[in-house]
Amino acid sequence: MRRWLSRQAHLIDFTLGALLRRKGRNLMMLAVYTLIIFMLASVTFLGSALRFEAKAALNYAPEVTVQNLIMGRHALSPPDWVKKLSRIRGARNIHGRLWGYFYDQAVGANYTLMVPPPRARDLAVNLGEVIIGHAIADLRKVRQGGYLFLLSPSGKLFKLKVIRILPEDSALLSADLVLISETDYRAFFNLTPEDGYTDIALTVRNSNEIPTVVNKITRILPTARVITREDILRTYENVFSWREGIVLAMLATALVAFAIFAFDKASGLSAEERREIGILKAVGWETSDVIAMKLWEGGLISAFAFIFGAAAAYAHVFLFDASLLAPVLKGWAVLYPDFSLTPVVDRLQLITLAFITIIPFTIATLVPVWKAAITDPDIVMR
Amino acid sequence: MIRLEHVTRIHNEGRPNAVVAVNDVSLEIPKERVTVLRGPSGSGKTTLLTLIGCLARPTQGRIWLDDELISALPERFMTEVRRRTFGFIFQRFNLIRGLSALENVMLPAYPTGESHAALKARAAALLERFGLKARMHEKSELLSGGEAQRVAIARALINDPAWIIADEPTASLDTALVDQFIEEMRALKKAGKSIIITSHDPRIWQADVVDRIVTMQDGHILSVEDVSARERAEEKEQNA
Repeated sequence: MRRWLSRQAHLIDFTLGALLRRKGRNLMMLAVYTLIIFMLASVTFLGSALRFEAKAALNYAPEVTVQNLIMGRHALSPPDWVKKLSRIRGARNIHGRLWGYFYDQAVGANYTLMVPPPRARDLAVNLGEVIIGHAIADLRKVRQGGYLFLLSPSGKLFKLKVIRILPEDSALLSADLVLISETDYRAFFNLTPEDGYTDIALTVRNSNEIPTVVNKITRILPTARVITREDILRTYENVFSWREGIVLAMLATALVAFAIFAFDKASGLSAEERREIGILKAVGWETSDVIAMKLWEGGLISAFAFIFGAAAAYAHVFLFDASLLAPVLKGWAVLYPDFSLTPVVDRLQLITLAFITIIPFTIATLVPVWKAAITDPDIVMR
Repeated sequence: MIRLEHVTRIHNEGRPNAVVAVNDVSLEIPKERVTVLRGPSGSGKTTLLTLIGCLARPTQGRIWLDDELISALPERFMTEVRRRTFGFIFQRFNLIRGLSALENVMLPAYPTGESHAALKARAAALLERFGLKARMHEKSELLSGGEAQRVAIARALINDPAWIIADEPTASLDTALVDQFIEEMRALKKAGKSIIITSHDPRIWQADVVDRIVTMQDGHILSVEDVSARERAEEKEQNA
């Protein structure tokens, strides 16, 4: 065992020397390889982190949302629906929600205006008060205690005191959020209590009963659209997967180019390398030693590229907020959810990434080495 | 002793450009002697040397090392025999560029798994013996011809082989370095090493250290001359 370890140490020592001897070629290979890993890992890390954020944020979302549809389009839900839904056994915390979008012409951004749910006491706002997402605070340069001025669609100016700014860690859903009281909301959009609510939210006592409750709702309110939290999660999942897919498709060209480059560089043994292999075999190295040495060489390049690429991607996504990919993967509005992502790495994706990059590269180096290593070493004598 | 029985080597066998490099050669090479294979270019001496040194296999025939049939050994065992038994000095020395003299000398012993410290000490001692103590950390491409030659000899000796095989070792050396090489061969012979040299350099096969001269042409052996016996006879004649 000690001899085997010593032998491996000699092989690694020689391999490191060989890498340094051809440092120009190897550094170029390492740089391109690292860049590819960086791009792939960035997309993967960002996708995973966004899914995690979405899931975390939706933990606070109602289990079931009921929306009124008129001619297939979302319309206000009548106030008596709350009473009708209250009769369903197992349904709890039934309340009408008021939310909508508002385009702020002053800054050219869309806000989500919302009345906080009655049970969210930490988000409670009184008449003339507002809680805003940090992106709006940054955009409008408003601080806690300051005033937010909003021009309603009817042209009336609203002066709202900012009592709180929502933290960045929940910014995926709250970056563009404006929480105001029900009275202010109805006044802002010219709605009366008889107009009803944007939709109705409820929770279910036993989560296994959600499908049953959904069935009951559709029976009581046949024109309603019923959305569960699972549906929303699935939608987020699809949106992020779709965005991720688009980016990966764009990267596919770069990947193919890399594959050709890597195969060309890794598989093409120079005359100098062939001569070296001949010398090593002639002086007593076994075919397996030569192959092991080349495996170490390919493995070291790909492992370093993977570590550097993955570390750079981690820093890019979690320290620099994925500044290169945010417009593609994060943004869906003028107001980007500018938030720090929780460092979440999907191990399976990372392992898959390692496999689809390290193994093909190592194999690409192995085939020509195998061919050279099984040749009689008398090549050095000729 | 190394014994060759009807050894033939065909390069590119089965192809239109096939060449019979060694043709039905039978030969015995004694231990602890200096044997020179001589002949013009293309006579097959280097190919014969590669077959003796287990660098290639004969197309036909058998090669024995003492009582061991080495020409039929599987690749792995053949490599082991090569590492254990033979030390090679190549034409142009074939040192690996970018490695120091010391690292080049250590190279053949890497597969043995000997500890780095012990190996380094042994390689350094060898280089010191050949007067290269001050140059052992120099990159091989920066060494002079004579220094490179001595590094190549040190590399051939690192695994303490019984046989030294040298292929045209003086092809690119001046007279002083040829004399130095001959002296080094003399010292190795004295130390009990068996030496086989291919050369068409008369300075080598006229050297008094040489015991046997095998002359080759077109893959055949033309003659085997026991020079030491001849010299002894001449000495006797002169004394008489």
